[in-house]
Amino acid sequence: MTQSVVVQVGQCGNQVGCRFWDLALREHAAVNKKGIYDEALSSFFRNVDTRSGDNGPDIYKGKICSLKARALLIDMEEGVVNEILQGPLRDVFDSKQLITDVSGSGNNWAVGHKIYGCQYRENIVEKLRKTAEYCDCLQCFFIIHSMGGGTGSGLGTFVLNLLEEEFPEVYRFVTSVYPSGEDDVITSPYNSVLAMKELNEHADCVLPIENESLFEIVNKIHQMINSGKLGSTVKQSSLVTSSAGNAKTLPEKPFDAMNNIVANLLLNLTSSARFEGSLNMDLNEISMNLVPFPRLHYLVSSLTPLYTLADVNVPSRRLDQMFSDAFSRDHQLIQADPKHSLYLACALLVRGNVQVSDLRRNIERLKPSLHFVSWNQEGWKTGLCSVPPVGHSHSLLALANNTCVKPTFIELKDRFMKLYKKKAHLHHYLQIDGMEQSCFSEAIASLSDLIEEYNELDATKGGPRIDPSRLKIAV
Amino acid sequence: MSIVTVQLGQCGNQIGHEVFSALCSDIRGTHGLCSKNENQSYQDSCKERFFCEEESAVPVARAVLVDMEPKVISQALSMAASSGHWRYSSHSHFCQKQGSGNNWANGYCVHGPRHKEAIMNLVQKEAERCDRLGGFFTIMSMAGGTGSGLGAFVTQCLRDAFPTSFILNHVIWPYGTGEVIVQNYNSVLTLSHLYHSSDALLVHENDVIHKICAQLMNIKQISFRDVNQVIAHQLGSVFQPTHPAGGGSGYSRNPLGDLMETLVPHPEFRMLGLRNIPQMPESSLPYSTFSWPGLLKHLRQMLIANAQMEEGIDWQVRPPQPGSSIPSTNKPLHFNTSIANLLILRGKDVHSVDVGSFQDPSLYTSWLNPQDAFNAWKTPRAFNKYEKSAALVSNSQFLLKPLDSIVGKAWNMFASKAYLHQYTKFGIQEEDFLDCFTTLEQVISSYTNL
Repeated sequence: MTQSVVVQVGQCGNQVGCRFWDLALREHAAVNKKGIYDEALSSFFRNVDTRSGDNGPDIYKGKICSLKARALLIDMEEGVVNEILQGPLRDVFDSKQLITDVSGSGNNWAVGHKIYGCQYRENIVEKLRKTAEYCDCLQCFFIIHSMGGGTGSGLGTFVLNLLEEEFPEVYRFVTSVYPSGEDDVITSPYNSVLAMKELNEHADCVLPIENESLFEIVNKIHQMINSGKLGSTVKQSSLVTSSAGNAKTLPEKPFDAMNNIVANLLLNLTSSARFEGSLNMDLNEISMNLVPFPRLHYLVSSLTPLYTLADVNVPSRRLDQMFSDAFSRDHQLIQADPKHSLYLACALLVRGNVQVSDLRRNIERLKPSLHFVSWNQEGWKTGLCSVPPVGHSHSLLALANNTCVKPTFIELKDRFMKLYKKKAHLHHYLQIDGMEQSCFSEAIASLSDLIEEYNELDATKGGPRIDPSRLKIAV
Repeated sequence: MSIVTVQLGQCGNQIGHEVFSALCSDIRGTHGLCSKNENQSYQDSCKERFFCEEESAVPVARAVLVDMEPKVISQALSMAASSGHWRYSSHSHFCQKQGSGNNWANGYCVHGPRHKEAIMNLVQKEAERCDRLGGFFTIMSMAGGTGSGLGAFVTQCLRDAFPTSFILNHVIWPYGTGEVIVQNYNSVLTLSHLYHSSDALLVHENDVIHKICAQLMNIKQISFRDVNQVIAHQLGSVFQPTHPAGGGSGYSRNPLGDLMETLVPHPEFRMLGLRNIPQMPESSLPYSTFSWPGLLKHLRQMLIANAQMEEGIDWQVRPPQPGSSIPSTNKPLHFNTSIANLLILRGKDVHSVDVGSFQDPSLYTSWLNPQDAFNAWKTPRAFNKYEKSAALVSNSQFLLKPLDSIVGKAWNMFASKAYLHQYTKFGIQEEDFLDCFTTLEQVISSYTNL
């Protein structure tokens, strides 16, 4: 069994991360009835003997004493992290896992990346090493951050770089929250594009998220609950947006519902690595199957179902509906429509009481309406995990490597160019030690190249299928 | 003689467990339809082949379990132990923590050399526990990373360490519409490597077994467990003790050797397909009766028309007319030419069965003597509650189309260079891929020109 470490950077990263740890505890509490520290728990948590204080030894087997998250919390202002440490999750983190400062990064990528990066480099490396030492077999780092700000974006991508240097064998999965069009941070295009270059070069897989999509999903659920039709029969704990049913009840904060969705994404992504099933799908398999070319590692994700009805007699039509929903526009976590773009690869991770025949039936059913690139017509990677998420009998996570990410990137580039042409706010960046004009031109070039790669693939869509001729053997 | 089974990867270990369960439940059953002595002899022979007797406890499977992550092996071990009728040895498994990530190169170039010593030690110990070693039976899938990549490496190690032993690889072909995106690459790499070190490849295709589950077994929500149980039944019908071809009272002492001798006359042709008849849900068995002529007629047509099961057979397909010297390229389309066939019959009245229809020379390729091309093993002891059952192990064009399809898809992907960086990262270069493609195109060509 392998372990993963979560590195949450910046305000957004830490708020999402906080939700993740809360939901992870809830999930394990639901599965692990006997309170024994098992392999599934060990993938994200240490079991520490705290009777003699916080520095007690790790307990590898036996009863759960005190669970500590395998995490690093980084923020250049104290507000968010302090709130976490004063809240119900305070026992899950210890002081050695935190790196904070006071003044923040001023929504400036350069401050986060160059200034704080330099300043905290050694501290970060040391704490990462310590966390890695506690792991028997460290497989993956999960970075959670936003792209539009200063800390998550700048320092977050600095840490990404660092991880590649110090732990080259460990996978780097990055969950990045992209700024929306109406973002109130004026310089968010600069920050995002500068961060994109780092993601292009140093991440193994990126899961882009857009707030707009999360917001729409939250709204949809609210409408459905309040419409009165099905509202009363929905299981509260099953909402992809809720943390209900948790022993440590937290007051719901404004972004909590949206952040819970992202937390659920990470839980579902790692479920097959933690729990058993008839067709396991580990994290290294995700990277292997979904990344056909090194730079094309952006995966559009969707989660279904968003809620479960309390009625237990769920006909199997609901199961098929779950598969259909996973490909619909309004279930994607970014503003994109994979159905009308080109698939390079697609992964379906199913949890719960679903068998291979259900999976096959739905793939056969949905295939004709999807466009796959010519050299990967059967580009499906599937996984079956027996343990469903809390409140559901089954669930599906779809990860698509699809050209529908292109519009998001093109918009980002446009917003960047609008500012850059006028050199607006550029001086805030260039006055930072280590920043030059070339940083900007290289970053935008990197993004343009990426868009061009997607363009080339799109150009093959719908064209005549010419299979390359096979090797001829002399008889 | 005893056979040592090596279970590789998730698929190999899940199937291996079902195989030993099926073998065990068959010998414990009272459905044998034969004398007590005969039954005892059958039981003893099976136990010698596949199990190691401990003094007081249950039989221990002669198996080595290998996987690069621990979950599947621990499940297999605990399920076997809880059955109460057999178990795995507690010292015959090897696992790591991280898995192979569906990456053949990772399994072959990294895990293989790294863990060679540990794995071969386990195999050596298991081989030494056999009074006489009859050979190795490896179970693996081609689509993933461990079964395929590490499996190919281990097969090579077995060949190097036991140069005179028989090695039979049981290979599972994945569903055509993906379980794993890079499955075609992994398959091409596996098959070409196995062709060099293994004696024969016995193939099961997931698509075929799935159809059997759906249409013959009437299973509504088919799980991998169902698929694996059908596979285990089919394997059991081949590997349970049989009387040797020439008659004689005892059970055959050299199952793998006999299999190779009858079915693999030429090293270029090593792919064996398996068809089994009848196949139906256990609940229907008491209400069904079978006749040998009926069963054999279906089985023969399944062979000729390359049908996957006893429903939906194309009865229009006929062998070419004898007497005229037809060059192989003029054979009627869809007709499945064989190199060699082995019929294994079990159950009531088996000695009265007329197998002449399988000796028809027009079924076989012209460059082999038809008398050498066909063999039948008859055993009166019934198998797994089927009053009469027939298995056909065939070295023929059964697998030509699926193989061609896999190579075609892999080539298509290779031409666009997709995913290659994942393989070169671990040591498999483009030239290695080309070598593998060449090997398999050669195999396809040979089988096409039968």
